Amino acid sequence: MALKMSALKVGDTHKERVVENLSRTQIVMYAGVSGDYNPLHTDEVYTKEAAGYPSVFAHGMLTMGLTGKALTNYVGDGRLTKFGVRFTNQVWPGDTLDTTITVEGCRQENGQNLVDLKLSTTNQDGKEVVSGSATARVDA
Amino acid sequence: MAKITFPVEATHIMMFARAVGDTNPVYHDAEKAKATEVGGIIAPPSFAQAVAQFDPEYHLRPKPGEKWFGSGKTASGVEGKASSSGGLHAEQHYEYIRPLRPGDVLTVETKPGKTWERESKRAGKLTFRERVTEYRDQKGELVMIARGVGVTTERPVDQG
Repeated sequence: MALKMSALKVGDTHKERVVENLSRTQIVMYAGVSGDYNPLHTDEVYTKEAAGYPSVFAHGMLTMGLTGKALTNYVGDGRLTKFGVRFTNQVWPGDTLDTTITVEGCRQENGQNLVDLKLSTTNQDGKEVVSGSATARVDA
Repeated sequence: MAKITFPVEATHIMMFARAVGDTNPVYHDAEKAKATEVGGIIAPPSFAQAVAQFDPEYHLRPKPGEKWFGSGKTASGVEGKASSSGGLHAEQHYEYIRPLRPGDVLTVETKPGKTWERESKRAGKLTFRERVTEYRDQKGELVMIARGVGVTTERPVDQG
């Protein structure tokens, strides 16, 4: 269902749990499909003993993909015109992530109705792992 | 940088959606996707990153006959290389002109952007490098622009 500009208000939010107890297996699935086989994400021995991290951690792009899932669930399929994120903290196996999408404003541009959104994905400790923004086409 | 040819395939889209736990039928069920407003299967918004699969030189994929820096007999298969040399991803931005669909054959070209440095308490000197990637379809039309920022750190990021 597409969003309607007439029904959107600044400050409206959509909140969604995008992963619960992130597994190393899911990180491996993302490595396999994306083609990013950096051992920092899949190789516990390398990551602890050679790279000096406490364990493997998720690809930033996996967290972006999880955030994008909440985003498309909210705005609908094929509606995005922009989607951008900053990776602010690492995501670890066992993490549970929630994405919050907040309406910043609506506008018209080139005959299109657009909504500007703020994105924030946080872990179980309330720490932000991704902050970002997006713009989507909405119905009148 | 050389142009990469990126064929967009339905199975790849399905596997990508699985990896992010997205059960939306528009990513895997052609019949149901046909009935949606986009009229068929499309790719999820960050799918384009999987272009790495089609880059013959991609440095984060093991290649036959070359040493790989992940663990084998020892914790790292490469000696004398800084352990954080792989770098981390700092930012990623996409602009969409239209969704990617199975059957698209994209031509992908990446150009280096700005470079800058910053001091960080958690990881020492940070060096940021921007890359701008244009995705064009089989008709030569621009369908998507990606801007990524990578960061190399002086030392592993302190978790304290």
